[in-house]
Amino acid sequence: MAGYIGKRLLAAIPVLFGLSIIVFLIMALIPGDPATAILGSFATPENVARINRDLGLDRPLHEQYLVWVGNLMQGDLGRSFRLNRPVLDEVLERFGATLILASVSLVLCSIFGLLAGIVSAVRQFGWADRLITLFVLIGISIPSFWLGLLMILIFAVQWRVLPASGMYAVYGGGDFWDLLRHLILPATTLAVVATGVIARLTRAAMLEVLRQDYVRTARAKGLSERKVIYKHAFKSALVSVVPVIGIQAGFVLGGAVYIETVFQWPGIGAMLVNAISTRDILLVQGGVLVVAASYVLFNLLADVVQALLDPRLKS
Amino acid sequence: MTALETSAPPPAASGRLTGWQLLFNNKLAVLGLVVLGLICLLAALAPVLPIPNPNATATANRMQPIFSEGHLLGTDQLGRDILARLLWGTQISIAVGVSATLIAAFFGSLIGLVAGYARGRVDNVLMRGIDMIMAFPYILLALAIVAALGPGLLNALYAIAVVNIPFFARNVRGVTVGLATREFVDAARLGGKGHAAILFTEILPNVLPVIVITMSTTVGWMILETAGLSFLGLGAQPPQADLGSMLGDGRAQLFTSPHVSIIPGLMIFALVMSINLLGDGVRDVLDPRLKAGALNRPMPVTRIDRKTTPPAEKPGLGLLAVENLETSFARGRGTAPAVKGISFTLEKGECLGLIGESGSGKSVTALSLMGLVASPPGIITGGAVYLEGRDIFSLPEAGITALRGQRVAYIFQDPLTTLHPLFPVGEQVAEAVSAHQSIGRRAAMEKAVALLEDVGIPEPAQRAKSYPHQLSGGQRQRVGIAMALANDPDILIADEPTTALDVTVQARILELLQDLRKKRGLALLFITHDFGVVAQICDRVAVMQHGKIVETGETAKILADPQHAYTKSLIACVPELGEGRAFLDRVGKLFPQPGAEGAS
Repeated sequence: MAGYIGKRLLAAIPVLFGLSIIVFLIMALIPGDPATAILGSFATPENVARINRDLGLDRPLHEQYLVWVGNLMQGDLGRSFRLNRPVLDEVLERFGATLILASVSLVLCSIFGLLAGIVSAVRQFGWADRLITLFVLIGISIPSFWLGLLMILIFAVQWRVLPASGMYAVYGGGDFWDLLRHLILPATTLAVVATGVIARLTRAAMLEVLRQDYVRTARAKGLSERKVIYKHAFKSALVSVVPVIGIQAGFVLGGAVYIETVFQWPGIGAMLVNAISTRDILLVQGGVLVVAASYVLFNLLADVVQALLDPRLKS
Repeated sequence: MTALETSAPPPAASGRLTGWQLLFNNKLAVLGLVVLGLICLLAALAPVLPIPNPNATATANRMQPIFSEGHLLGTDQLGRDILARLLWGTQISIAVGVSATLIAAFFGSLIGLVAGYARGRVDNVLMRGIDMIMAFPYILLALAIVAALGPGLLNALYAIAVVNIPFFARNVRGVTVGLATREFVDAARLGGKGHAAILFTEILPNVLPVIVITMSTTVGWMILETAGLSFLGLGAQPPQADLGSMLGDGRAQLFTSPHVSIIPGLMIFALVMSINLLGDGVRDVLDPRLKAGALNRPMPVTRIDRKTTPPAEKPGLGLLAVENLETSFARGRGTAPAVKGISFTLEKGECLGLIGESGSGKSVTALSLMGLVASPPGIITGGAVYLEGRDIFSLPEAGITALRGQRVAYIFQDPLTTLHPLFPVGEQVAEAVSAHQSIGRRAAMEKAVALLEDVGIPEPAQRAKSYPHQLSGGQRQRVGIAMALANDPDILIADEPTTALDVTVQARILELLQDLRKKRGLALLFITHDFGVVAQICDRVAVMQHGKIVETGETAKILADPQHAYTKSLIACVPELGEGRAFLDRVGKLFPQPGAEGAS
């Protein structure tokens, strides 16, 4: 197993490398001049030249990239000129909050998506299946930022049972239970789309697996239908759903941008939106890079879980 | 391929329906179409409807509730009429979403076509690039692009189009790769057509359904995501407003006037939902895999629907008596029979061979005995199977399950597909033990190891921990046999147990079965297409053709003096050593038409 993980880690390196190139290029090809963005439109040509030299912008693109990657390796993502602090510090601080939100959402959508998918497949064409199919359709069609507003209106304004925004209460909060209370609405809202997608695919995977010869063998052995479905069929279905959960990590990390804005969650998504509005390019660059890299790791994790479930993949 | 999959009926009468008719048969898709049409109509009529100017502000008239005078849906924070803004905003959202879809479809399909047609390095470079785009979380890349281009509706449109290109590129490439090697493409090339001409006149028309499916499944998303970027303030900039920016602007008044932000959100939801309903319908029509109904969940026991119910008990019968068994497959509105009223008996310790070519119904017969024919589409339409005088099909579901593996056990053809790939073989055998015996986990595992040893697996304790893919074909089949023996059954049904094995392994497995049968007094029902095997182990033989038994009797007698022409031809099919080409000449004459492909 260790060998397999090592191999997957090695395979992730070129992906991370590619990500860094794309992120660098997008930011390097920005029309307009970062120096003017920093100094304002009344800057003197001398000052602009000095800033360009300081930032290394007078050098060829590939040299700029190498310098940038070199700094990146040393944990230097530059300074945010709006916040006047190192990008890495800000990004890591914000990323912690996003990671909590995204992980909880991912756990929620995995549990409910898998459950709904199984029930849907087992009760195919029954009322439970219809109900779940309807929910799935709503889930993948509903704008999550709008759903978030509805949640706030219902649970925070109407019923006053959960806080509307933030990560901790301003007064007297800060413990685990406070965090949990603040997590419920944003994490649930964020999980809705992914739950729908996972449920849909689990249903399809279960229906496909239930037609396999080895499921017939399980039945021929005289196993109970419960064992046939929840042990034999589900394990195989899980093998094909796990990579999908890995992909959903990407949608959850991306969707966090909306949810963090709606619920004022102090995560990296809300930070990115602000940084884009204020043209804080280095902060955008750092934020995008860290989230994208974490997505690669989520997918790696999904690969490892899949290999744990399916011994054929290791050899 | 298993017997059951290949025998799934093709779409019968429904094949005559056109795509549009199929689409209109789908109620949800029609609902989606109607709602979408209504929304589009209202949005298109915005310029001529008697509604106020969407940008006319009236600060004295701010945040009027819905149904207020002159403002059906109220006014927003600047006193603008929400209904007017909603219709104009819908127009923009649809236009932006559809444009993004067209751009993504154009570039994505182009990349997919070229990559799939050129293959080699071009393919590699293009698809690695697509992989890189997909390595980003979806919305995050769009954000990065907007960050670079600057906020604005057009830039948001580009960003959303770019992040959707991979879906088109991948789907189109997949189909193109298959098409590029087809005969009609070769023909066009030999006819002197250039690459571009082949791509756009030969391949593109065949790829269009895939492009349409991908468009119909992504356009909803693209509307959603462009609205999302506008909601974040990165898309439409004032005074221009799409649904997303209306929602985003109204958010500040959420607690005092929720309708200002709720209404545009509701419109996005209705729009995207109707598109997705319609898109699912379009996909079902264009994706033939979903039409065959192959995705129905098989029931634990084959559906039993007999025209006449035979007596549930018939005392005085032997171990197993099959009477007028009829099994059919649902096909369109009707049924197609696969087994047409066959009868046979099997006594204790006896070996009966059931022989016939592929499609003769012998496997379906074997599976029918314990209700294991996948259903749908399988249905037991008549007859009875008496186990010691009691009809199996008259038992409740749990009763049939209790007999499986306990009294009647199965050995299947291909042990690679019939053993579960994700469980160690020892566990699979132990599971068979504990299905019918209440003994502990450890005791079941010990029994499993003993069984593995009985069937001749060396070092059974170690092998028990292996997964099926780590064993050889012969060992896998031995595991299958051990599993069947787990509960000392009275009857063993072996469905072509040696067909997937090579000849030397086949001989050893037959020897093992023969040995076990004698030691344990098992009755064996042996399904095969090979008279050579029948001659080796069967006491009696029943010859099946087209779902009927055409001849039955003692093996030696039938071999010596076959009555039915079909039996004669099957016997002639057993090659003799050193016969060479003469065998092919001899057998070729016996089968004027090639044997029916498909179900066995």
